[in-house]
Formats: sequence, C-alpha cells, structure tokens
Amino acid sequence: MTRSLRLGDPVFRVLATACGLAVAVAMFGLAGVLVYNSWPAISGLGTSVLTTVAWSPVDHQYGALAALAGTFLSTLLAMVIAVPLALVIALLLVELVHPAVARVVGTAIEMLAAIPSIIFGMVGIFVIVPFIQDKLVPWLLTTPLGGLPGIKPGPQFQGGGVSIFTAGVVLAFMVLPYITAVSRDVLKMVPQVTKEAGYGMGSTTWEVMHKISLRYANSGIVGAVFIGLGRALGETMAVAFLIGSLFTSLPRSLFDPGTSIASLIALTFSEATDKIQVSALIELGLILFLITVVLQIIAQAWLRRVQRSTGGRA
Amino acid sequence: MVGTAVDEPTQMQSQATVVPPRLEVAEDRRGVAEDFGQLPSEISVRDLDFFYGKEQALFGNTIEIKKNRVTAVIGPSGCGKSTHIRAYNRIFNLYRDQKARGEILFDGANVLSSQTDLLDLRRRIGMIFQKPSPFPMTVFDNVAYGLRQHYRLNRADLANRVEDALKRSAIWDEVKHKLNEPGNALSGGQQQRLCIARAIAAEPDVLLMDEPCSAIDPVATAKIEELILALKSKYTIVLVTHNMQQAARVSDYTAFFFQGRIVEFGPTTKIFSNPAEKQTEEYITGRFG
Amino acid sequence: MSTVADVRRAPPRRSVARRKATDLVIKVFAWIGAWFGIAVMAFIVWEVVMRGAGALNVAFFTQPTPQDVTSNAGGFANAIVGTLAITGVAALIAIPMGFLGGVYLAEFGRNGRMATAVRMIANVVMGVPSIIVGVFAFAILVKPLHHYSGFAGSVALAFIMLPVMARTTEDILNLVPNEIRESGLAMGAPRWKVTLGVICKAARGGLITGATLAIVRVAGETAPLLFTALSSPYWMTGLFGPGGFFGGPVANLTKTIYDFSGSPYPHWQELAWGGALVIIIAVLGMNILVRLLFQRGKEW
Repeated sequence: MTRSLRLGDPVFRVLATACGLAVAVAMFGLAGVLVYNSWPAISGLGTSVLTTVAWSPVDHQYGALAALAGTFLSTLLAMVIAVPLALVIALLLVELVHPAVARVVGTAIEMLAAIPSIIFGMVGIFVIVPFIQDKLVPWLLTTPLGGLPGIKPGPQFQGGGVSIFTAGVVLAFMVLPYITAVSRDVLKMVPQVTKEAGYGMGSTTWEVMHKISLRYANSGIVGAVFIGLGRALGETMAVAFLIGSLFTSLPRSLFDPGTSIASLIALTFSEATDKIQVSALIELGLILFLITVVLQIIAQAWLRRVQRSTGGRA
Repeated sequence: MVGTAVDEPTQMQSQATVVPPRLEVAEDRRGVAEDFGQLPSEISVRDLDFFYGKEQALFGNTIEIKKNRVTAVIGPSGCGKSTHIRAYNRIFNLYRDQKARGEILFDGANVLSSQTDLLDLRRRIGMIFQKPSPFPMTVFDNVAYGLRQHYRLNRADLANRVEDALKRSAIWDEVKHKLNEPGNALSGGQQQRLCIARAIAAEPDVLLMDEPCSAIDPVATAKIEELILALKSKYTIVLVTHNMQQAARVSDYTAFFFQGRIVEFGPTTKIFSNPAEKQTEEYITGRFG
Repeated sequence: MSTVADVRRAPPRRSVARRKATDLVIKVFAWIGAWFGIAVMAFIVWEVVMRGAGALNVAFFTQPTPQDVTSNAGGFANAIVGTLAITGVAALIAIPMGFLGGVYLAEFGRNGRMATAVRMIANVVMGVPSIIVGVFAFAILVKPLHHYSGFAGSVALAFIMLPVMARTTEDILNLVPNEIRESGLAMGAPRWKVTLGVICKAARGGLITGATLAIVRVAGETAPLLFTALSSPYWMTGLFGPGGFFGGPVANLTKTIYDFSGSPYPHWQELAWGGALVIIIAVLGMNILVRLLFQRGKEW
C-alpha cells in the first residue's frame, strides 16, 4: 500500500501535467509548423501576398487580397445579422419567458451550433442559392434598394445565388448560437437587485435591458461578439459551397461571388502541385491562424473583465 | 397636551385587536398630538393577501400609511414585511408565481388592479433596496435616470434637479466633484444615499425602504436615519427594518408583523412602551425573533 | 432649499405611450427572432430529412461508394466505416489525454500561472479554424510520408478534440464540491485514487456528456479531413499498405458527402443527402440523448 502511495501520486501528477502541457505544446507546434512550411512563400513573395488582389497560381500570382476582402465582407454581413438577433434572443431568454420555455428555446438554438458546416453548405446550395437567385435578387432589383451601389450583381455571374451575400446570411445562422449563448450567460449575471431597482424606477423591460443590463454586461457582450467573429472568419465548408470561387478580383457587389481565405485553401489545396503554391496556401493558413488567435485572445480578455467585475469565476 | 381622548378611528381594522392610538403625555418625541383618524392617508391597504405559488405569505393585511409620516414595519425574519411593501409598487409582478389579492388604495385607485399603469405607479412610489444598487453609470446619470425617463427637461434644469436631489440626500458635498465617476466607486453608505437621491429626484410621493441600512456600517446608518427624518416633511416613508432601535428612533407609526399578519399597529411610542398585544411585547423585549 | 422649488413638483412629462410602444416593438422582435432561429434549425433538419430519407436503404449501409455513374447501385457503407475508424482512433488519442489535462487544470494547476496559461491556450486553440488543423496534420503526416492516411485524419481530429475535452473535464470536475475531495483525501487515500475513484464517479454524468459531445462534434467535421484522410471509393483494407488506415486515404462520410453533393448525377446527390441525414441523426441525436440522460451537462 505504501508502494502505491509513493509511486502512484507522483506518476499521476506528472502524467496529468504532461497532458495539460500537451495542449500548449500542440498550439505552439501548430504555429511553428505553419511558419516553417510557409517560409518559402514568405521569403519568396514577401508582402505581395497582402497587397496583390488576384490569386492565380497559373500566372504565378499569389495575392490574398481578394480572399481577405471576401472573408471580411461575408463576416461583416454575418455579424450585422447575427449580433442584434442574438441580443434580442438573449433578452427573451433572460427576461421574457418562463425558465422552462427558456430551456427549450435555448436548446433548440444550441442545436443550430451542433449542425455540421457541410450540412449548412448543402442546404445552402440546394435550397437557399436557387431562392436568392430566382426570387430574391430579381425582386430586390425592382425595389429602390436595387439601385444602390454594390447590390446589382455583375452580369457575367449567375445572378447572385452563389455570392458573398448568401455566404454571409448562412454564416450568420452558424454563429448565432454562440453569440446568443455567451450573451445569455453574461446577462444572467446582472444582479437581480440592480434590475429590480431599474423596474422600481418605472422603467419598461427594454429600458432596463438597454440602459442597465447591457451596460452592466457590456464587456461580456463584446467578448461574445469576438467569439462569434472568430468562428465566422474560420468557417470553411459552408462558405466554400456558397461564396463561389472567384479568386482573381475584388467583389463589386454584395451579390457577386468571391472567396474567403478558408474556402480558398479548401478548394485549391489538394490540386496544388507547385511547391510555392502549397507554401503560399500554408501562408494563407498562417494568416488566418494569426487573425483568429488574436481575436480569441481579445475575446478572452474581455470575458475575464466581466468575471472580475462580478467577483470571481462565474 | 394631556389626556386628549380620541374618537374610535374608523378606518383601522386588523386581524388582531388594534388599540386606538391614544396620545398620552408629551412623551411623544415629536411633541405634537396627532389625531390619527384625521390624518390624510397616502396608502390604504385592505385585506391584502399574498401568495408565492400555492403558499400564502400574507393574510388579510389592513393598514393605513399616513402622508408625510414614517411608518416602520418590524417583525422577525420571514414574517412578510418585505413582501408586504413590495406589493405597494407591484415589483412582485416581475416574478411569475407571486400574486397579490385585496386592495391597496393609492390616490383613489387600487394599485393591484390590472388597469394600473405600472410605469406611473413606480414613478410615484419609489423603492430603496437592502443592497445599495447604483446603476452601472456615473453618479450624475444615476440620479438623472428617473428624471430623464419620466420628464422632458433641458440640460440646465436636469443639472439643477440632480444637484437638488443630491443635496436633499445629504450627499452633495461628498460627490460634487465626482459626478462623472461610476456610481459604484462610492462607499456602501454613499451608494445607498445615492440610491435615495436617485429615487427622490424623480419626485415620488412615497418612499419604500426595505431594510436600507442592513448592508451599511453604523456611521453611515446614522446619516441615513437623519436623512429619513429630514425627508419626512416632503415624502411619505415606509421603512422595513429588523432593527427595533432604528424603528423607535425614526418612525412615527410602527406595524408589527408576525407570520404574515399585522399583529399590532400604532404610534411608535405606544408600540414600544406599552404594546397591547403579548406577541408584540415579546418581540420587542427580545424574547423571540 | 433649492431655487427650483416652485417648478419642481411639475416638470413636463415624457410620453408613456411612446415608451411602452418601443418596449412592445422590441418584445415582438425578440419573439420573432427566437422563432426565426428555431425555424432555421427546423428547416435545415427538415430539408435533410426530406431529401435524404429516400436514400437510406439497406444498400446504403452495406455497399461501398459507387464508381459507375450509370447504375443506381452503391451506398456509403465504406464511408461510414471509415468515419467510425477515423473518429474512433482520434477519440482514443484525445479523450484520455484531454481528460488527464482537464484533471491537471482542475486538481493540480488550479490557479497557478502555468495552469492559467494552459487554460488560456486551450481556449485559444478551440477557436482555431478546423481547416488550419487539417493543414497542420498535412504538414506533419502527409507531406513527409508522401501519402494521405486515415491516421493523419485522426490526428487532425484529435487535435481539435484535445482542448475541448480538457476544458470540459475541468469545468465538470470543478463542479464537484470540495467536501468530497477533502473527505476522500482525509481517509488517507492517495491523490490519484481520490481523483479517479471518488471525484470522477461523482462527475461521471458530466464527463460522459463531455466526451460524447466532443466526439460527435468532430465526427461532423469535413475540413480537417480534406487533405489528410482525403477519401477513397473503396473499403479500408487493414492497417497498412495503400488501402490501409495508416497507409493511404480512407473513405469517410463527410468528404464523400462533399464530393458526391458536388457531382452532377442525381443518384449521387441523393446518396449525399442520405449521408447528410445519417450525420444529422447521429449528431443531433447524440446531443439530445446526452442532455436527456445527463441533464447536468449544461445548465440553462
């Protein structure tokens, strides 16, 4: 018995610690491997990757701007749709419904997060794309909105189905559950007394929510938004299905096809034979990696602020 | 004034027998003989029942809260004091399973009726909570909250009223240089006075105070008690407290609650020196609760 | 006394009706929003069921992927087996490691600097796009060996699962009250016995939930397999050699769905929808199941 006491505990501790550190090692390993493999491209192409628009390996052009633009636009659209939607849903879950209803509704929304990306892509391309192409865009063009710059799709494209817009809209529903869940958790942390004091002053539910609760929880909401942002940026399969594969120019319209960094990598990696092309693709991966890491760090920092201000770990 | 007989007050009825307030000698601290029956009532409660789900917490409460007086509500923990006053501003409506039945007459109308405009009700009946709860905004914005919400005022007016409310809450000198700092940067006692300023800035008629001093140190408590005495002239105050000395110090009338019922209600001096009910006496002398 | 005395009691009032109207509008939006979110979810499931149910026959589960575009034969059986194998191996790697890592964070590290750093890094890694993880696995296992392999796919999936499992384990173990920890130790049992025996027994439900959800999450991933396991039209033939798990590309459900859905042949597309239905049933089904069985998985 003494034997196991002497050996068992230290061994256990070392094992556990090793596994804990494995996570950190994995991360740095990932970063290192990415840098190592993209080095040929980094040294060979320099900053041209970030300044050139077109990605055309055939012409030995490795510009990521088109992809960055597509990533940025589709993500922006997704956030514009998802954040307000998430906030009102969180409001509903926290203030407006019976806890049992909140559980059901919340679980249903959470299921949205469980649906794999490829399924969003498939439903997107078989159902949403035709709808947008055949119904939405023609209708939109008859309204005054159709005249705005950036709306009319270029004539050489298929009419707006496979586009930044579609990718952005579908992306919105992929990030919605994450932002909703974190916002809801954060709003629940607003002390009941403070809310009662607000109602006691004669405020309506919405007034208490936006003058008091949202202000109280704003660091957390910002953290939630950053988390959603990170997910949207890295989303691959659904976007690959829906955004198109226009690697060579910047989109002129919301309904033009484009590309994103993740989908560019997904669509061209396996056919890449040229060493520089592979290395450049990995460099794109490195860029995406760095962006998401920075966003995650910022998100964590904001979320920690909330925990600190409410005293201790939530 | 000696031996002024008082007519049977007609509005007073309670579960147990209530002693008609007979004003004794000038032992009354305030030295003013009061005719309870003739005083205007701010709030009249008749047969108030209250339920948490299936459980009944208040039983036929009947009481008159008199205008411009401090009415203290005392009793052991769990006796229903907070529940009772939270019925006045319908704050209990936030919680699905809490229900009230009966009449609470305020300004001629029954507060409990479904026609009541809650927003206006809560403008006129303000509440101070046990835990000081400044909103997550600056001191100025905290006090201006009610003003901005209910009234249309230009900036100068708003600033004047904020200053006025802070002065009347005896906290102006301490915060006049801190108006743009967050409300929760103040000390506990200051936060509570800030909450009082916030409540009175909105020009209520009644202030409900639910154990306002229990989370605050004694020095700050003394300041708030002074404040309550000063505020009495403009507002009607209902003060829930578990501290009997406090009740004795600041209130004009006291209601003693026990297990959801009002056991006794009368002038404070009477309750504390010569209570009619045995239960009241036992509580006051500390034999239970 | 203030100078504003006479005006004080009656400043002009703001419109209550307006405030109530705004409140109502927002509440309506909130309800619409919530219904919309649920509707989207239901819609997706509905579409997959509608389009995929017809493909799920015996052949689907027994025959390998068709290569002949003219026939109506074929199924996704090899892809299903492949996914089970790849995900299974990934779980074998990541679940124990992640569990122990979580034990470290909850029991040994607690608030130490190293533990805080590990926790933060785990959170960051969880946000790394899965395609990047695929690129990573490609770089270390496919490129040097000059062939794709199911194992490379497993490594990519394990990489994704590891921090998820660790953080989930940590959260679950932290819910176990300290009293249990202390009473176990107070009886003189060694730390490892207390942790594995007592604490984990107490947290068993949550741990199973966490592990299941982690596995199910990666089972639906496509991107990490794109350049690691790739896919294959054949059955997996053992462990090594060009058709083996470690030796060559392995058919898997998600990549196969991806390929087939992009094809122009209706029968193949239908098969793809069938595959999608299988995945949805597995993923959503497991999610709901573990929630029902072990409700302490996530508190609403």
